Amino acid sequence: MLDLNNVCFQQGDFRLTADFSVPTGARVAVIGPSGGGKSTFLNGIAGFIATGAGQVLWADKPMPDHPGQRPLSILFQDHNLFPHLSVMDNVAVGISPNMRLSHSQRHDVSVALDKVGLADKSASFPRDLSGGQQGRVGLARVLLRQRPLLLLDEPFSALGPALKDEMLDILCEILDDTGATALMVTHDPKDALAFADQAVLVTDGHADGPKPIQQLFDAPPPALAAYLGNRT
Amino acid sequence: MAGSIITITLRNILGGAVLAALLIFSIGTAAAVAMRGQGLGVLGVADWSAVRFTLWQACLSAGLSVGIAIPVSRALARQSFIGRQTLITLLGAPFILPVIVGVLGLLAVFGRAGWISGMLTWAGFAKLSIYGAPGVILAHVFFNLPLATRFLLQGWGSVPTERFRVAHSLAASPWAYFRLIEWPVLRSVIPGAFLLVFLLCLTSFAVALAVGGGPKGTTIELAIYQAFRLDFDLGKAASLAVVQFSLCGGLAILAFLVPLPQTDGLGLDRLPQRLDASAHRAADAFWIAIAAAFLIFPLGAIFLRGVGYIPDLPHQVIAASLTSTLIALTPTLVCITMALSLALAFARRGKLARSLAEGIGVLGLATSPLVVGTGLFLIIFPYAHPMTFAVPITASVNAMMALPFALRVLMPAVRDTYADYLQLRSSLNITRWVWLSWIVLPRLRRPLGFAAGLAVALSMGDLGVIALFADPDLQTLPLMLYRLMGAYQMDQAAAVAVVLVIQSLALFWIFDRGGQGYVRSK
Repeated sequence: MLDLNNVCFQQGDFRLTADFSVPTGARVAVIGPSGGGKSTFLNGIAGFIATGAGQVLWADKPMPDHPGQRPLSILFQDHNLFPHLSVMDNVAVGISPNMRLSHSQRHDVSVALDKVGLADKSASFPRDLSGGQQGRVGLARVLLRQRPLLLLDEPFSALGPALKDEMLDILCEILDDTGATALMVTHDPKDALAFADQAVLVTDGHADGPKPIQQLFDAPPPALAAYLGNRT
Repeated sequence: MAGSIITITLRNILGGAVLAALLIFSIGTAAAVAMRGQGLGVLGVADWSAVRFTLWQACLSAGLSVGIAIPVSRALARQSFIGRQTLITLLGAPFILPVIVGVLGLLAVFGRAGWISGMLTWAGFAKLSIYGAPGVILAHVFFNLPLATRFLLQGWGSVPTERFRVAHSLAASPWAYFRLIEWPVLRSVIPGAFLLVFLLCLTSFAVALAVGGGPKGTTIELAIYQAFRLDFDLGKAASLAVVQFSLCGGLAILAFLVPLPQTDGLGLDRLPQRLDASAHRAADAFWIAIAAAFLIFPLGAIFLRGVGYIPDLPHQVIAASLTSTLIALTPTLVCITMALSLALAFARRGKLARSLAEGIGVLGLATSPLVVGTGLFLIIFPYAHPMTFAVPITASVNAMMALPFALRVLMPAVRDTYADYLQLRSSLNITRWVWLSWIVLPRLRRPLGFAAGLAVALSMGDLGVIALFADPDLQTLPLMLYRLMGAYQMDQAAAVAVVLVIQSLALFWIFDRGGQGYVRSK
């Protein structure tokens, strides 16, 4: 379980507060207007932004300070891949940060690439891949890392509808496999409904605890209603 | 549209004329030199030792500048501290600082009568002496370390924040961090930065003139000057110029293959949130302090020494200041006209034109002022006394020397303006005149101002070809400063240096500000 105990993430002048828990295995959409603090929320949990007050706990233990020691994987919208590394190395760096792989690790990387349908691209470089393929390399790395918490900051928002659905399918498979807890920032209510059973609403520097997503969309609080317009 | 054909042609004519002028200046003078040269046979042991020294010092200076720039730029990129922005701005100063002033400042700190020697004598050690090779290399590092630091800083700034975060979230080891984040930046910036600094050190003259000399501290440029001014051995000067031109030409071809870093100075102020800042704070503070001290102390020393003596300066300083301004403003006008003509002529062309423009920039960088000077002298000599043309020759050589930098500032801006607005222009059917005067030039006002500022400051501080041609009656501020240094009148020299710096910076500031004044939007 992810516990946010009266936390405040501070980035420059901007503060984001949250006080709630996310049960293990939940799939949570993080929604809200631009500038409300969605990315700050995710980056705070990931450890990129210092926790000014309160505590972030995972399985009842405080998260370590260093992002690399936290039990999570994160995917951004862009720049998840290192352009000068091959697809194989980009995935491998997820389990072997010193870039030296054992034979069995090498095998695991191949399996992960196979799973996202990129077995034949392992020697390619990111520049030779389409946007969708690049997204899949990121997902292969997430799959390989097997971390219990997954944070996604609009990773597929630049993709067309069909590709996005495909990515969400792969993502859901990975979550089914690993049983990981996932928080995904998204601007698209359709994606949120397709992916998540719960939603966290982030507005004006405050994140509200997760609510069943359908219920939230059926009777949106004023801030969410203004953000959504007439789309539901 | 008949009108458009004519104006396109006009633009072509302008661009073509500039190209022709450049070729005459570079290739034409080289040809004059080659024809007059007496072959490599006339070059003695001392001359070949000058060739070896030139290559050796350029290599060492470039290696040291770029090598030290790596930790300095990394420290500046990841630490946030009060004065960071000021220090980064200050890194741009040596580029427009008159070379002779920088040398004087270095002497004030590192010279025999300098601060460090003073401390060493007090502690019972021997004095430092930086005349010869150490002085040449020290001065080259002083001028080029900030340049290399800015290039690398731009490189670090180009790494997206997400990529740092991915590396951190993967708990990358130091080695992996180097391979994931730092190596790609270094690999992309270092070859070009090294080559650029190497080129600048190869063709640098004022440094060698002021602190070089002797069997182990003479560069080819200085040897040309000596053959010319001291021995009046035109044949030998021409032969040396042929060697220098061949070296520069070879490097220019190399530079054409390795992309040289851009000098637009953008992206320097970005401070990515780097989580490794606290772990490296001590080491970074060390490098920042070293770089800041190396930059600030020599300049500070001159100001402290010179300001008090300004009232005592002979009245000739006013005439020298006016001559300097004239010699600086003319090439600025010429340089900006040429750069703008070229940039407009090349803006809408394809890859070939871009390579050509790039080639012109490299050509300008690889052109040695003394080779051009020798060539022009040889061309004029049969018909007139070249010394009477000292001012126009200096002005045109300075315009050409500043051109690569102006072009590098203007070219991307012109290209962006065309790329961003050309379709809009077509759809609105805007006429050529309105397009140029209401859209292109206002959009270019800022880079134009900056480029003109660079050109005026570079020309103002020039002590290159003017030293070759000047008769004793001609006084510019850099010449006056050099002559005072030669007469060991260091207090007056420092005072002239202060006047020169203030005047250079003031002119740079006026042009650069002029470019920013009009920007109403943003």
